[in-house]
Amino acid sequence: MNINSSATLERVYDLRQRKILSKIIDKDTTISLEGRDPLENTMVLNMGPQHPATHGVLRVLLRLDGETVEKCVPELGYLHRGYEKLGENISFHEFLPHTDRLDYLSPLSNNVGYALAVEKAAGIETPERAVWIRTLISELARISSHLMAMGAMAMDVGAVTMLLWTFREREKLYDIFEKICGARFTTSYTRIGGVANDFTPDVLPMIRKFIEEFPANLRDFEGLINRNRIFVERVSGIGVITAQDAIALGLTGACLRGSGVPHDLRRDEPYLMYDQLDFDVITYSDGDCLSRYLTRGDEMKESVKIVNQLLGRIPSGPTLADDAKNVLPGKTEIYTKMEELIHDFMLINFGVQPEPGEIYSAIEAPKGELGFYIVSDGTGHAWRMKIRSPSFCNLQALTPMCEGSMISDVVAIIGSIDPVMGEADK
Amino acid sequence: MTLAERLERVKGIVLPTLTGHFGEGMLTHAEHRGELSISVPRERLVELVRYLRDEPALGFTMLKDICAVDWNRRKERFELIYNIWSLDNSIRLRVKCFTEEKSPHVDSLTGLFTAANWYERETYDMHGIIFDGHPDLRRMYMPEDFVDPNSGEPLYPLRKEFPMMGVPGSMPLPERN
Repeated sequence: MNINSSATLERVYDLRQRKILSKIIDKDTTISLEGRDPLENTMVLNMGPQHPATHGVLRVLLRLDGETVEKCVPELGYLHRGYEKLGENISFHEFLPHTDRLDYLSPLSNNVGYALAVEKAAGIETPERAVWIRTLISELARISSHLMAMGAMAMDVGAVTMLLWTFREREKLYDIFEKICGARFTTSYTRIGGVANDFTPDVLPMIRKFIEEFPANLRDFEGLINRNRIFVERVSGIGVITAQDAIALGLTGACLRGSGVPHDLRRDEPYLMYDQLDFDVITYSDGDCLSRYLTRGDEMKESVKIVNQLLGRIPSGPTLADDAKNVLPGKTEIYTKMEELIHDFMLINFGVQPEPGEIYSAIEAPKGELGFYIVSDGTGHAWRMKIRSPSFCNLQALTPMCEGSMISDVVAIIGSIDPVMGEADK
Repeated sequence: MTLAERLERVKGIVLPTLTGHFGEGMLTHAEHRGELSISVPRERLVELVRYLRDEPALGFTMLKDICAVDWNRRKERFELIYNIWSLDNSIRLRVKCFTEEKSPHVDSLTGLFTAANWYERETYDMHGIIFDGHPDLRRMYMPEDFVDPNSGEPLYPLRKEFPMMGVPGSMPLPERN
């Protein structure tokens, strides 16, 4: 059967367009403009999947009455790579690099979230220093992700300078990440049972220097646009979502806290070292784009506070758990000791084997709650691996936020939700 | 707080209220690694979740996630997992129910949580579970015409019989020049 003929393609195209269009066009709507006043009609506008303001490959269909958005239908799936299916078919160690590709703006916190989930399933204890490193890199990842979110949102509404300034700071963070783990974007830094390697001696001075300079730079960013009338009037009162609606929609992260709900897993379900650290959960009560923007700005200040506390108490010790059945041994041991060679062979071939059961482990990633639900049947790979990605859940708020607003607000709203399609499409 | 302490806290809040309202027989609960799951017959799922949401002492007002698990060898093949969170008590709870293979139907939760809309669409897309009462049950990620080219049956990628490498011909590709 020749599926690739152009007739088939045409049929498929028709089917898809009809299904999507039928969602946004009612029976009484017409987009034909013949013989009638064009201003009396609604029109359908397709935005994306290749659109600079949709932050990746998000497609949004809009029905417009003049400039007002009457209906908004997001279409996802353009970056669907089937990570949940992959997770069921490869071992837990092998899946770790794929977590970099979920939220590719903060790969370090995805690594941490995934490692914590597998460790919970397998009951592995991590050493103190590894926990400390993980907390530190999660906060640095949060700063880098929020910098990107602020810069991109400001650029979407016209303040291009902001993006260049935040990128400059983000570059410094990526230099630190490169020193920590050798890669800037696809870090894969954590291991099941700890982290891949300890910090080299030049990492901590770099982090100290960055954290010292960062608050002043952040003040500069805020001075640039926070009191700029053009920016404020462009985003305040736009894309409003009430606290009640935000809870019902299952929003997390800055989208929820921007609506005044103080829910942060770092405080409500503490993991890593967060129960020993002093920080505030930032909320803004307006629920509009400006609130979400300001929430991110203030969260970075809290992250600086956390990093400063962490730098004041540096534990020493190993960075990988001493658990031969679950944790990959170092290369030096594999090449020199027989027992470690056997363990390495077993782990590479059969993997970590958590006892049968199901766990859900979530962290407060920069975008919101990133959770991994792992069902284990006692073998080396998960029976089911569900990724609860914050961008997917937050994007659902796009429809209620956009409907009734102007078309030029749509880019501001998408920017304020800060979706990453790698994570939303899995 | 250790996992065991967290579990004791969740059990202390949830179980007495639930058994007080629904009686002993209807619900079963399981615990693993400090997490509590409650299983319910699927006919009474909506009733239970509504009670969990509306009872002031519980206050599970956030639906965090819905997913399905394919237990391909069991008679009740699909297990549905609802992950809910109580903002007042800061506790998490899993509600589970089973549905059969032939016609996997379950009642939609869109009437209780607007968040369920996309979660259920995703579960329908991945496992082919029909949520009765869902206002807009379309595929979430895969194209609408994602069908087996030979039988014309719709394909659901996260079912265990779906091959890892995909089904040849299920996704039309542009012609080679």
